[in-house]
Amino acid sequence: MKGVNAMTAAYRVSHLDALEAESIFVMREVVAEFERPVLLFSGGKDSIVMLRLAEKAFAPARIPFPVMHVDTGHNFSEVLAFRDARVEELGVQLIVASVPEAITSGLVRESADGMRNRIQTPVLLDAVEKYRFDALFGGARRDEEKARAKERVFSFRDEFGQWDPRNQRPELWSLYNARVHPGESIRVFPLSNWTELDIWHYIARERIGLPEIYFAHDREVVDRDGMLYAINEFLPLRAGEEPFVAKVRYRTVGDASCTAAVKSDADTIEKVIDEVAATRITERGATRGDDKVSEAAMEDRKREGYF
Amino acid sequence: MTISPEAPSRAMDLLRFATAGSVDDGKSTLIGRLLYDSKAIFEDQLEAVEATSRSRGDEYTNLALLTDGLRAEREQGITIDVAYRYFATPRRKFIIADTPGHIQYTRNMVTGASTADLALILVDARKGLLEQSRRHAFLCSLLRVPHLVLCVNKMDLVDYSQEIFESIADEFTAFAAKLDVPDLTVVPISALKGDNIVTRSENMPWYEGPSLLHHLEHVHIASDRNLVDVRFPVQYVIRPQSTVVADYRGYAGQVASGVLKPGDEVMAMPSGFTSTISSIETADGPIAEAFPPMSVTIRLADEIDIARGDMICRPNNRPAVSQDIEAMVCWMDESRPMSVGGKYAIKHTTRSARAIVRGIQYRLDVNTLHRDECADGLGLNEIGRVKLRTTVPLLADEYRRNRTTGGFIIIDETTNRTVGAGMIIEAA
Ligand SMILES: Nc1nc2c(ncn2[C@@H]2O[C@H](COP(=O)(O)OP(=O)(O)O)[C@@H](O)[C@H]2O)c(=O)[nH]1
Repeated sequence: MKGVNAMTAAYRVSHLDALEAESIFVMREVVAEFERPVLLFSGGKDSIVMLRLAEKAFAPARIPFPVMHVDTGHNFSEVLAFRDARVEELGVQLIVASVPEAITSGLVRESADGMRNRIQTPVLLDAVEKYRFDALFGGARRDEEKARAKERVFSFRDEFGQWDPRNQRPELWSLYNARVHPGESIRVFPLSNWTELDIWHYIARERIGLPEIYFAHDREVVDRDGMLYAINEFLPLRAGEEPFVAKVRYRTVGDASCTAAVKSDADTIEKVIDEVAATRITERGATRGDDKVSEAAMEDRKREGYF
Repeated sequence: MTISPEAPSRAMDLLRFATAGSVDDGKSTLIGRLLYDSKAIFEDQLEAVEATSRSRGDEYTNLALLTDGLRAEREQGITIDVAYRYFATPRRKFIIADTPGHIQYTRNMVTGASTADLALILVDARKGLLEQSRRHAFLCSLLRVPHLVLCVNKMDLVDYSQEIFESIADEFTAFAAKLDVPDLTVVPISALKGDNIVTRSENMPWYEGPSLLHHLEHVHIASDRNLVDVRFPVQYVIRPQSTVVADYRGYAGQVASGVLKPGDEVMAMPSGFTSTISSIETADGPIAEAFPPMSVTIRLADEIDIARGDMICRPNNRPAVSQDIEAMVCWMDESRPMSVGGKYAIKHTTRSARAIVRGIQYRLDVNTLHRDECADGLGLNEIGRVKLRTTVPLLADEYRRNRTTGGFIIIDETTNRTVGAGMIIEAA
């Protein structure tokens, strides 16, 4: 009995190792089976982790696919700088699908509230068509939101980029069905089984660099519907609002006009991990104005082809 | 009544489990409780569910809504697809494949069980074992889920009766013995009241086993892996176009089973060429040993021709190389049945092939285990023993010995949908 335990102890695999191995397997599978994969990079921590996993999956070769940023034009400057430095360091091609350009060209119209999350979708789909991408890596996790809990790792999209939750392919073992007809595509979610805490533990373990806005810093904010928004050129003050300086950090990084910060003293990765472990509100609930609209908000956007 | 609030550490391991139960046995309540007690449910999620419960006029906060994802399902009040949930304790991270108990049952349960280390079957103590409970147990054994837990739920409604519990436990144990279930544990619980979920219940002093969570945290899974038969399906060949690492050639893949070390003599299948492992590499540097489920890159001392779909193994321990496969197949397509003469695409490890159905030996009634030897097709959610002939040889093991090199999926070549799951019985 002692012998058996000693042996299996030696072949122990931690949960982070198991998650990493699975994600790397998924990424290699995509590159082996698809013609034109692309990795969607937002500058958020999940896409940063995904990029790190891609780096590991193909080392010592370079990442064998480009990286695409669907750019709403409402950016945090720290995030753009981070993106450019990382792309340079890895020697990967960066494609920017620009929402402002799409507004100028008439592909999409600015919505009345100025939020650009929804109009990102046609811009993304347009780029997919233009570059004929057949597999798109996204950093979504199943623990993020209810509509994601049934999402496949390989999620099929028809020629309109639409997702049909009632018509998903069963996914068994680690056998991913990569077959698509021309014009159809697969969204691939290598981080499906990771939780927010797993992501942070991995960032700490791998010493992955992040844009500074993920750590507590002083920022001028306003309180809007109970959420703290940074005042910037995309998010002008409304009448009667009093900006104040608070110590905050971002839990997610999205469009600068609708991503809120949370009050925090966590200025190191260890403190962030403690904070995340103790938190009682989901990261989307805490920081995304766009998901508040209705319980089914995310599901509707996903059907239309949102990532 | 909550699990230790300390942050889950980085040194946890991972347990995947599937849940099964008939409608109203309390599966959603149980999952809701596990998530809630382990703090995997957040206030905003709970608020949304409370609001929905109120608007629907429910008397209580319906924890089932927490695990009911999609709008179509919410509207019909049913769950129709496998959903994945996550929680962690300081010891383990858990991935739940939550398989709903409705029409598509077999398909969903087979999907959820395919990756599970453990399956949790619920029965209502008032109703005892149902035909469905037997079916759940059978599917778990078919998919070779190594550990089975029967939760006898709603013990509060039978006065925590030891007698009732034991009669259900005995009946189930006798049935499971016929199925060759490697490890069975039976726990009396109340998902609603929390008895024997996190801690041992004072209402059932006669029960001497562990609480459900204690069992989930401690069940020994490391030795479920096959560490004997070396199987490394080659996924991708890494050949950098770079002068810094000129002539680099590495075989990337995930170890399916066995332990590989530098210096080991290996054979590449199906070619049969042999070589030795010169190094096993990861992005973090070379390693001394690779074992499941690690994703690594193997380099060999000799230049032999190896491509995706090939398999690295040991010269004296090889998979069968065969175009004739006998397998248990679970059919998952509602539009067309599997029929003799039908042609399909299949994916087995990293290898793709086409296959023709040579014959259906029998169709199995999953409730009675009766074999219908006159069946000429398999409809949605039906299971049968099938003979296939493939266009290229598969590098195959029996599923009961190796879940990774023994399983395959069947794909409709016109619609590209995944229409079946196969478990190899014999490759001759
Ligand atoms: N008394 C009692 N009721 C329970 C228990 N577990 C679940 N229930 C109730 O049984 C009903 C069905 O439970 P639910 O979790 O929705 O069942 P599911 O269909 O298996 O997901 C609900 O009214 C629950 O409140 C239990 O342990 N004791």
